[in-house]
Amino acid sequence: MRRYLGKRLLVSLGTILGIVVVVFFIVRVLPGDAAAVRAGPYANEERIEEIRQRYGLSDPLPTQFVRYLGNVARGDLGTSIRTEGSVTAELLRRLPASLELAFYSVLAACLVGIPLGILAAAKEGTVIDKAARVFAVLGSSMALFWLGLLLIFFLFYRLGWFPGPIDRLAVTTPPPPTITGFYTIDAAITGRFDVMVEAFRYLALPVITLAFVLAAPILKMVRAAMIDTLQSDHVRTAKAMGVPWRQVLLRDGFRNALIPVTTAIGIVFGYMLGGNIIVEFLFAWPGVGRYAYNAIQNNDIEALQGFVIMVGVLYVALNVVIDLLYAWIDPRIRLGGKATV
Amino acid sequence: MSTQVPDTDPLVDAAATEGWIPPEIDGIVHRKSLIRRKPMAVVGAVILLVYVLVAVLGPLFVGDPLTTDPSNALQPPSGDNLFGTDKFGRDVFARAVHAARLDLSIGVVIAIASMVIGSLIGVIAGYWGSWLDEVIMRLTDVILAFPGFVLALILVAVMGNSIPNVVIAVAAAYIPYFIRLTRAEALGQREMEYVDGARLAGNRPWRVAFRHVLPNSLRPSLVQATLVAGWAILTVAGLAFLGVGIRPPTPEWGVMVAEGTPDIITGQWWTALFPGGLIVLAAAAFHFIGDEFGGEPL
Repeated sequence: MRRYLGKRLLVSLGTILGIVVVVFFIVRVLPGDAAAVRAGPYANEERIEEIRQRYGLSDPLPTQFVRYLGNVARGDLGTSIRTEGSVTAELLRRLPASLELAFYSVLAACLVGIPLGILAAAKEGTVIDKAARVFAVLGSSMALFWLGLLLIFFLFYRLGWFPGPIDRLAVTTPPPPTITGFYTIDAAITGRFDVMVEAFRYLALPVITLAFVLAAPILKMVRAAMIDTLQSDHVRTAKAMGVPWRQVLLRDGFRNALIPVTTAIGIVFGYMLGGNIIVEFLFAWPGVGRYAYNAIQNNDIEALQGFVIMVGVLYVALNVVIDLLYAWIDPRIRLGGKATV
Repeated sequence: MSTQVPDTDPLVDAAATEGWIPPEIDGIVHRKSLIRRKPMAVVGAVILLVYVLVAVLGPLFVGDPLTTDPSNALQPPSGDNLFGTDKFGRDVFARAVHAARLDLSIGVVIAIASMVIGSLIGVIAGYWGSWLDEVIMRLTDVILAFPGFVLALILVAVMGNSIPNVVIAVAAAYIPYFIRLTRAEALGQREMEYVDGARLAGNRPWRVAFRHVLPNSLRPSLVQATLVAGWAILTVAGLAFLGVGIRPPTPEWGVMVAEGTPDIITGQWWTALFPGGLIVLAAAAFHFIGDEFGGEPL
């Protein structure tokens, strides 16, 4: 296990290095005057020259690369061109808001996708299965911004059930003290249940938007894995021995379906790290996606590049965690994949 | 809950539930009609056909997408303006119809371009193998560590807003998927006897790879390409929604949604919801087709 972990971490470090190289390549090597892009469309020659000096853009590329690599290794993702603040600090400050949104979205997607996937597999070929399939296709072809607007129009504007797309809490509500950074949890810890309820109400619409799209791949993978499992010998034996069907389905079936669920959650988180730019922009959610949106609007390439590297690193880290989860769920992997059943 | 034991061969069972009948028994072709076998694919194809007709012929029948009329701003849908008018008094329906041509062709061009480039690289990796394969696969791993949307976003942000740049950026984000698919397939094909035959017949390696292995390794990529066409439309529109890539006043569905977004919270739903719905429907049409062909031979 320890050896497996070591090898896995080494590969991940390689991937992270690759990410940094690719981002550097995109930002500094692709055609276009790096300083002019940073200075924005209305900058004069002096401003462009000033930026070129400040960010060392006239140095030879290898020099720039080594300096850049050193900075990233120390956790320094650069300095925002607009706010002149540290990109790393800005991102870290905004990360909890994004993580809270991500957490509840994936949770909601699992609560919808896993039962539907099991149901579709158990009723394979029936109307229920077909309906689940159509739902999955619609989820995979849904535009986040459109669904978000639909929800805002009906559930906020028309019915008034949920607050409008403005922030994590009403302007008049002071946020709870930061413990975990999750408003819902912090409010509960400090006993402010009214604030907790309010935080959930502000979370509702963006979470529904994301969860609808994220449920699709989870449903599909659970269904496929369940169908495979239900046709396997051990399920046949269990059925033949008179084990109740419900128990076969939930114990034998579901445990084996956990592996693809974990895979799906990895994919889904990766998707979300990109999709949250749209959702956070639409719902004015003060997270990292919103930061990336502001960076785009301001031509703030340094900030955008920091965001992209953070997303890549988070994604790699998540995949390490998922691989370890596999090993925990499935002894066949833990033992080095020797047993191929 | 009953504990029934299947009394038939699971393969035959699976075939029956899939609606599949052996195509040839006693030399007579037995096939259910396509609509029975793949209903979603037929629905998708019909929707796409309508889209293509609108894209090709539509602009001839609707007004100009750029003509503004401030006296007629933000009018709800009516006989004159099927989808209403936006805040500049432009006809939303005319803009949506003109956008069809741009959005559909961008989606298809991205899917084809990324498939062609991806499968060429994939065959090289799969057929030649060794260090070349290793390098190519490590590179795709790195690129796949970025969500496609984020990669396309930073590429356009650096290269500048223009339609060709959007096409390049989004296609680049999808290439790794095709590399992987084709490589996996080529790895299997490489061991087939026809490849040995082609080699023994004196074909040069590149000819064996591109003329023999590549065509036989394309099937998964072709299915994937229909899905990618749908995702490409979503991605391009999503970028435009954020103000990246295609910019106003170009009639494009994502741009139209972006321009209409502020109207939603004042009640003028038609400026954003109509073009957004067209995006989702187009993507769904591609995905209905791709999903139906996902697990079965074409």
